Amino acid sequence: MSAASAGGAARAARQQTHLWVAQRVTAMVLAIAVVVHLVMIIGAVRGGLSAAEILGRTRGNEAWLAFYVVFALAAGLHGAIGLRNIAAETIGLRGRAADLAWLAIGLATAVFGIRAAIGLYA
Amino acid sequence: MDLRPRSHPTYLAFVVHRVSGLLLALFLPVHFWALGSAIQGEARLEGLLRWTDNPLAKAGETVLVVLLAAHLAGGLRVLALEFLGWRARQKDMVAASAGVALLVGLVFLFNVV
Amino acid sequence: MASAASLTVSVWRGGEQGHFARFDVPARENQTVLDVVTYIQRELDPSLAYRFACRVGMCGSCAMTVNGRARWTCRTHVRKVVGAGGALELRPLGNLPVIRDLVADLAPFFDKWSRARGTFQPKEAEEGAVPDDFAIVPPASKQRRQADAGIECIGCAVCYSSCDVVAWNGDYLGPAALNRAWTLVNDVRDGARRDRLDAVAGDAGCHSCHSTQSCTERCPKNLDPSLAIAGLKRTLFWDTLLGRR
Ligand code: SF4
Ligand code: SF4
Ligand code: FES
Repeated sequence: MSAASAGGAARAARQQTHLWVAQRVTAMVLAIAVVVHLVMIIGAVRGGLSAAEILGRTRGNEAWLAFYVVFALAAGLHGAIGLRNIAAETIGLRGRAADLAWLAIGLATAVFGIRAAIGLYA
Repeated sequence: MDLRPRSHPTYLAFVVHRVSGLLLALFLPVHFWALGSAIQGEARLEGLLRWTDNPLAKAGETVLVVLLAAHLAGGLRVLALEFLGWRARQKDMVAASAGVALLVGLVFLFNVV
Repeated sequence: MASAASLTVSVWRGGEQGHFARFDVPARENQTVLDVVTYIQRELDPSLAYRFACRVGMCGSCAMTVNGRARWTCRTHVRKVVGAGGALELRPLGNLPVIRDLVADLAPFFDKWSRARGTFQPKEAEEGAVPDDFAIVPPASKQRRQADAGIECIGCAVCYSSCDVVAWNGDYLGPAALNRAWTLVNDVRDGARRDRLDAVAGDAGCHSCHSTQSCTERCPKNLDPSLAIAGLKRTLFWDTLLGRR
């Protein structure tokens, strides 16, 4: 292996490590957020879901807004990195360009989630 | 696929984690988009919620809740192995993960119907 | 189970492309799978290629796929694995090129061992010279215990051939090489920690492991490569987050 391609391989390995670290950090955030989410869901469906009830809890509440923004970011990234790994291992889709595309997909998903969170707040 | 070398509990846990993760990742954008569009007003949100009252949507929701709980519990197993080095009770943790997923699903079902 | 009078043995013949040949082998009270293969080669078909050396679980050369699972044939009793009606299915180790019959080519396995920087690099003596003094490594220290846990690997590739990630990603270093790297990361006398951690990071390294624990499940030495890989991940996680690399 030439020095240049060895350097490239080392850089690629470092970027892949960063994706893995992001996957685990978001996993830790989600571990807490999903528990809250599940408790909320099960509490909310008790006696039927109603829009007034949900919005009554979240409207104008900054704590819920912050929670859902962080939740959406973590979920979007976590899901996209997971899909990246599946695509790499099943259809052999690998490489820096693919990784950047997955990151973009993750962030776009998160933006949709944040839009929903703002809807719950405003 | 030859199942003979893949029949241990931790392999099964991996398969459940992968399949649930895949389905959840595909559902996530739909969820966000539908919610974000519906929350333009209380009436529209109420409309979406009433649509989800039909039995098929309820069944789908239950499946999603179980997938989410399974992915959460299985993920905690992976984190326990990777960050705490827990190895001795991995098989019990796989069983516990399955139990958690089932329990959450049941509680959800009892609450919606 | 009631033992059949004879075993029906399907043996892989040929290279990457090949077929199963059937042999009937007399069943014995005490019989290893290696005994069965040897019987076939000595009594039924001398052209059968297979590998073994020590016959007592020391060398690791006799590993094959027995009824779907990778095992040391010399330490596997037929009665423990035999199927209904005395059926045995023998293939070469998986995830490796087939040379002929039951012989797999282990070159990729050992190449990855060295790519993972699986050789000890003495700290004070870069060129491999003998250090002046003995290093003192307390047996009870955490690092010593972590190194000890994985040191007994004999490089049989049973774990490697049981790992699906190896099949999915041709570059993946695999459980044995990563387990070896973890023992050296914990060796306080070693001076190549940083390079080694670089070598085992990323998609070709520890970060592709999915903790299926097939390696741990199959290792005949009862080692736990999956736990070693978790150790590498943990080390790289904190080093990355704290900007130590
Ligand atoms: S735990 Fe990791 S290294 Fe071991 S078999 Fe599974 S994926 Fe391969
Ligand atoms: S870790 Fe176990 S199965 Fe893998 S090569 Fe070493 S001794 Fe063989
Ligand atoms: S022949 Fe040496 S380990 Fe089996």
